[in-house]
Amino acid sequence: MLNKLYDWVDERLDITPIWRDIADHEVPEHVNPAHHFSAFVYCFGGLTFFITVIQILSGMFLTMYYVPDIENAWQSVYYLQNEVAFGEIVRGMHHWGASLVVVMIFLHTLRVFFTGSYKKPRELNWVVGVMLFGVILGLSFTGYLLPWDMKALFATKVGIEIAASVPVIGETIKILLAGDSTILGAQTLTRFFAIHVFFLPAALLGLLAAHFIMIRRQGISGPL
Amino acid sequence: MSNNRVSRRQFLGYTLTGVGGFMAAGMLMPMVRFAVDPILQQHEGGDFVLTDQAVADITEEPVRVDFSFEQTDAWYVSEVTNSAWVYKEGDKLIALSPVCKHLGCTVNWAGDPEQPTQFFCPCHAGRYEKNGQNIPGTPPLGPLDEYEVQDQDGFVAIGAVRDNTLV
Repeated sequence: MLNKLYDWVDERLDITPIWRDIADHEVPEHVNPAHHFSAFVYCFGGLTFFITVIQILSGMFLTMYYVPDIENAWQSVYYLQNEVAFGEIVRGMHHWGASLVVVMIFLHTLRVFFTGSYKKPRELNWVVGVMLFGVILGLSFTGYLLPWDMKALFATKVGIEIAASVPVIGETIKILLAGDSTILGAQTLTRFFAIHVFFLPAALLGLLAAHFIMIRRQGISGPL
Repeated sequence: MSNNRVSRRQFLGYTLTGVGGFMAAGMLMPMVRFAVDPILQQHEGGDFVLTDQAVADITEEPVRVDFSFEQTDAWYVSEVTNSAWVYKEGDKLIALSPVCKHLGCTVNWAGDPEQPTQFFCPCHAGRYEKNGQNIPGTPPLGPLDEYEVQDQDGFVAIGAVRDNTLV
């Protein structure tokens, strides 16, 4: 049944080459943990992506209940965690995944560094990877404010002051982030929400695409 | 002259690039101006807020004076209470902001028992002289901000915050 459906579509659209290009690729022995267990270090990039997918999915579902408004943000988080079925699980996935994705991206970076995989011809992919690291840290920073509790508020106050310590343009960055030169309030929350949910994920998806296209073009780096 | 003639292909290329540029700018300009609006907003100087601290009770020792005012945060209006460290220098009233210039924590007068004549920030041990001057070697990079301050009928009134004028 499924085969017939596939053949019907394939006959008309010739989709086999498309998914072959995506799915069919060489996995050399030295990166396969089934051959050498120590090759598990090559899994960190894939694990980073796996957790990123969980973050995107759980985040999409969290916005069904969350409101980025200073009067109601904390209540909505409290409600979705304690009143909604599986709310603790879904928020927990997003909460713990947020930390884990940073850990994984760090381990992935270490592996790329210590295997020398960043060297020619893969320099550009390292650069894109550093940008991805920055975007992930930006997502962590902006997401931290959204529950609008004391910890979030004061962490963001400190974070914005750090941004403001940039020479010359620091004050501008601060106002651009906070939405006001002195108040960390209603406009800060809506801005951080917009950045967390739309701007940075868009950048993240674009950079991820570039990251994956490059690794597919260049193949996995050779053994040590 | 004939060497510099613009071919039909070039002309179309320039025209399409120009029109495309205008269309892109027409889309982006409103969005960018929308996003940077907080930077370009004008802030009028705040009014003086009357506190219930009698000027006569102020000495040369800084005391914490709380003051409440109505704060408008875009569409959200609320009653906010801030505080200032107020003391007298001769007859002159001085009010310093308690916001640490390192990362924005709240500083206390004599908060460190070993430095009874300095402001102290508990977060990263930043210290300031009585006039707000940051102590070299501690984290803050600048002096404490200063409030405009007035004597209104014997009570302290606090105005807008500004850069420190004492150091």
